[in-house]
Amino acid sequence: MLKILKYSTYDLLRSRWAYLYLAFFLLFSGGLLYLSGDVSKVVISLMNVILILCPLIATMFGVMYYYNSREFTELLLAQPIRRRTIFWGQYLGLAISLSVSLVIGIGIPFVAYGILHGPETWNFFTLISNGVLLTFIFSGLAFLIGLKNENKIRGFGLAIVLWLFFAVVYDGLFLLSLILFKEYPLEGFSLAATVLNPIDLSRIMILLKLDISALMGYTGAVFQKFLGTALGMGLSLLTLALWTGLPVWTIQRAAKQKDF
Amino acid sequence: MIEFKNIEKAFGKNEVLQGIDLRFTQTGRISAVLGPNGSGKTTLIKSLLGMVLPDEGSIEVNGQPIRREWAYRNQIDYLPQIARFPENLRVAELLRMIKDIRGGASRDEELIERFGLQPFLDKRLGTLSGGTKQKVNLTLALMYDSPIVILDEPTSGLDPVAMIQLKELIRQEKAHGKMVLITTHIMSFVEEMADEIVFLLDGKIYFRGSVAEIKTQHQAEGLEEAIAGILKGQLATANRSVAPKSALQSIMSHLQTA
Repeated sequence: MLKILKYSTYDLLRSRWAYLYLAFFLLFSGGLLYLSGDVSKVVISLMNVILILCPLIATMFGVMYYYNSREFTELLLAQPIRRRTIFWGQYLGLAISLSVSLVIGIGIPFVAYGILHGPETWNFFTLISNGVLLTFIFSGLAFLIGLKNENKIRGFGLAIVLWLFFAVVYDGLFLLSLILFKEYPLEGFSLAATVLNPIDLSRIMILLKLDISALMGYTGAVFQKFLGTALGMGLSLLTLALWTGLPVWTIQRAAKQKDF
Repeated sequence: MIEFKNIEKAFGKNEVLQGIDLRFTQTGRISAVLGPNGSGKTTLIKSLLGMVLPDEGSIEVNGQPIRREWAYRNQIDYLPQIARFPENLRVAELLRMIKDIRGGASRDEELIERFGLQPFLDKRLGTLSGGTKQKVNLTLALMYDSPIVILDEPTSGLDPVAMIQLKELIRQEKAHGKMVLITTHIMSFVEEMADEIVFLLDGKIYFRGSVAEIKTQHQAEGLEEAIAGILKGQLATANRSVAPKSALQSIMSHLQTA
């Protein structure tokens, strides 16, 4: 699997997209740091960008990469290699190369700024690790969409819907239900609903880490109470791990039953 | 040894293979799998490689069922029908990569020499012409010395020089005691190369035998005519079954006008 991983990473790092993605993060985080100079604020701005952009790029790029590498996949399928090795290798190659772009793109400006010696080091790491996790989750989901759909147009359509759902629609539905059921105690519900969406979960984890949960009022207090405990933190990490693991497992199952 | 036991495969409502029983036991023999477009040739071959999973039946290679297995593919050299590769890679990189992934001894240099690929080694695969891609495809497929060789449309896009090289190579493989399976639509190629023909029609085996047998059976001079004869016969029977109804209709309309 390492060999497949090596070659798909290599292939991806040579395409223009990886560099564009890297350049964007370099410019954006560098620019923000230069303009504001307040690390906390920059982390919050970057958080909003990462929470939207990482899933978007991972899904769209993931589906694109899956369809583009179909011929290569067929070439590998005729070789004496396990199917799951091929698909896991490609998936990891994709997720890792996107993560590398993200980590380097944000890392360089922050390190140059001296983040490693400041008090904000952990906030920065929370931000980066959430970005990486989201990249893994959504590129896995994208691969799954590709595997399940022969038709490219349909695959792309589904990928967009997936991203829209988790990034936009989910929050809308969430807020709507909060308003509709405001007469009832909703702490449990809102906790559960947040945990079930990896983007929301990442957002909350970063915000709490930044100690600005007071800004979120009562909900913030509830979350602080929940996520502040070892149990809460463990549970949310577990959910993120599940979110990462589930696509990987399903990829293997889908690959086993597919005709090429 | 390769054995297909009652293989059935449908893609949706399209029943591509409808109960194929086929055994290849002799080594040092070239078998041509023929059939019109959509008769299931590629599906049959892909199911042997485990790329397509049959709905029914089982396939055995050297007495071992291949379902969910992968190591048996070490015994097989496979040339896919359409040569499309990762566009970003260079030819040399692709070769190195497949060698790296598969491991073991390979004879890629001999094949590069044979097909005259040296000037293209540093070119990106996306920029190559169709014929050159097919040569790369052939090099990739044949660089391992496996006992079973499967070539899906090996002649597509090749110029006459490469064609001669390919024929020589296939004869060489045969002389080395390999089992060679070829699909193609070029009948002169089959007549020249194949020891036996397996003719697929509508997902079933319509005929199996030597080139001479099929010719005498259909009283044709060349293989092409024999095959065309089979297909036309098929068409005629299809039409005949419709004919009585239309005759009746014409009589009815005749009576009405009278």
